[in-house]
Amino acid sequence: MSAAEEVVTEAPAVEAVPKRAMTLGYGTSLVVLAALVIIPLLVKNFIIFQMTMLLIYALAVLALNILTGGSGQFSLGQSAFYAVGAYTSAILMEHAGMNYALTLPIAGIICFGFGFLFGQPALRLSGVYLALATFALATAMPQLLKLGYFEHWTGGVQGLVVTKPDAPFGLPMSQDMWLYYFTLVVSIGIYIASVNLLRSRSGRAFMAIRDNEIAASAMGVDVALYKTLAFGVSAGITGVAGGLGAIAVQFVAPDGYTIQLAISLFLGMVVGGVGWLPGSIVGSAFIIFVPNIAEGISKGLSGAVFGVLLFLVIFLVPHGARQVAIVAQQLIAKLKKN
Amino acid sequence: MSPTRQLAVLAAAFALVTASGSAALAQKKYDIGATDTEIKIGNIMPYSGPASAYGVIGRTETAYFKMINDQGGINGRKINFVSYDDAYSPPKTVEQARKLVESDEVLLIFNSLGTPPNSAIQKYMNQKKVPQLFVATGATKWNDPQNFPWTMGWQPNYQSETIIYAKYILKHNPNAKIAVLYQNDDYGKDYLKGFKDGLGAKAASMIVAEDSYEVSEPTIDSHIVRLKASGADVFMNITTPKFAAQAIKKNAELGWKPLHFLNNVSGSIGSVIKPAGFENAQDIISSQYFKDPTDAQWKTDKSMIAWNEFLDKYYPEANRADASVMYAYIVSQGLVHVLKACGDNLTRENIMKQAASIRDYEPGGLLPGVKVNTSATDFAPLSQLQLIRFKGETWERFGEVLSGDVGG
Repeated sequence: MSAAEEVVTEAPAVEAVPKRAMTLGYGTSLVVLAALVIIPLLVKNFIIFQMTMLLIYALAVLALNILTGGSGQFSLGQSAFYAVGAYTSAILMEHAGMNYALTLPIAGIICFGFGFLFGQPALRLSGVYLALATFALATAMPQLLKLGYFEHWTGGVQGLVVTKPDAPFGLPMSQDMWLYYFTLVVSIGIYIASVNLLRSRSGRAFMAIRDNEIAASAMGVDVALYKTLAFGVSAGITGVAGGLGAIAVQFVAPDGYTIQLAISLFLGMVVGGVGWLPGSIVGSAFIIFVPNIAEGISKGLSGAVFGVLLFLVIFLVPHGARQVAIVAQQLIAKLKKN
Repeated sequence: MSPTRQLAVLAAAFALVTASGSAALAQKKYDIGATDTEIKIGNIMPYSGPASAYGVIGRTETAYFKMINDQGGINGRKINFVSYDDAYSPPKTVEQARKLVESDEVLLIFNSLGTPPNSAIQKYMNQKKVPQLFVATGATKWNDPQNFPWTMGWQPNYQSETIIYAKYILKHNPNAKIAVLYQNDDYGKDYLKGFKDGLGAKAASMIVAEDSYEVSEPTIDSHIVRLKASGADVFMNITTPKFAAQAIKKNAELGWKPLHFLNNVSGSIGSVIKPAGFENAQDIISSQYFKDPTDAQWKTDKSMIAWNEFLDKYYPEANRADASVMYAYIVSQGLVHVLKACGDNLTRENIMKQAASIRDYEPGGLLPGVKVNTSATDFAPLSQLQLIRFKGETWERFGEVLSGDVGG
């Protein structure tokens, strides 16, 4: 068994209560939701924009979480799916004049297909080998987007500028605020769907494969199908996130979707807690805000400072935000008893 | 004093204060980011990531504005230079630009670097009507005042440079067989387009070989071999410094002696010609608009002495062979020039107005005869280039200063 596989089987100590451990309790969920709904009303547009990006990256991290935390497969190629989603939305909006909201499901479906197809050959690989195959996809994508054949559509190296949508029905809110709430609704929808997916038969099949592939196939799980399905679902959600990202940033260019992005998403997943879906938003916050904090500490050594912060997180809380949440939960339980 | 008289005096005093107050207000006009004591300038640089070599531009600018502040600032106002890292990633550039405009509340964004990052924020900056001044990219599209009145370029654009070479070839070598090597990205393709446009209808017949390389390739030797095999007698070399040095060296090894045109991105003697060997670089033609600090002919030049004094005091660790340091020095002077011209009217509108009415300005470091010129319809401050030919150990200027203005 490869080293990476060991990590996967070890890291998500989800085994105890797999279903419930993947989500938050109702009370906590409502508090988080209330915060996400209310905060934008009180802050500047710039903060709202950052919160939008937070939700978008959280979706992309969530997608990776379903793949790695759910079905135990590694991917360093999420940036490629994100790019395909972003470009699909951008091209449909700018060249075909389509409504932004309609481009998202299309981006999702195209990416689902892309991920499903990529999952076919990738099936033969496992652990680090699969990670490498997806890595190849991530490194290839920016150059594919630059290819002269697609230039008419993709804008080549110059990228494409996307028009930001106004709030509909004459609602008195800024573009940023509207886009934020739009993203929030999409995110909540996808989050609920993901939770339900992992609680369903398919979700149990994913986890069975993650925990022990041979045992899963002995129980009658179609390993090949469910592995590719996990890839497809993950790619599809990443594609939607990419589409939202293109609309929020108002620009797509090959340089925005390098391997750096894939690694960031991977990082976000680990920091948030592998296999713990609510951790996605914590992971996303980490990859957005910590580089800024690092830059604030030292401009010349921002990379090194970021490295130190990352190391501290991994060293102190190896299971990420999930571990923090569990400790907090235990503390609260203790306080209640007293 | 009776109460009524007291009141009258008070009213008179009050009237006086408001009158003088409004008189002062009439002279001084500010937008967000400017006050009586401070001008807040934003900047975005790739301090990390693939293009981090250019981060030195941001550091030089920081040092330059520190010097300006030590000298008393601009019309009594200190420059507060806020520079952020975007790692050359467009989504990050958008985030940083919004942070600068909406959170730090800067007056303008100055010299943000790179074509993709600047493309990403261009629309936003123009919607917000915040100047995106003197962007650090040679792409041609920044000179578009009609559609983007809040964005202005700075350096001569890539296309106009290769147009100048093409014109030279058409004039002196009309039957040339040309081989082109270019870097496969926005920079290389922009240069190539200018070159083909310059050759016009003859481009198809004159260019006998066209080859591109990826930045990630360790060496471009095989490309040179292929281009030589085409039998070309003119070589248009559109490469960045490391590859330019390789190409010059490989040409000599192969004994291929075409008329060699080298783009000015790689004109540095210190980082390209010297490593490639002076003897291999003889008679190469290129172009310049500012003085190469590693070129011995400027050793006693006044502006070069001023440049060295500035670096000695404010940025002693700078690599003086790096053309970016000189680039940043010149563009910083450009900003100071515009801010000085604004006087006490530091509104964003006035900044664009002043930036668009620069006449024959010559910041220290430019080649003799090269001047900064803008107008309401010309948002390309620098558009002149001087052809140069390598002789001995230095660039020799020849011909007149040429202009190759191209609109975006």
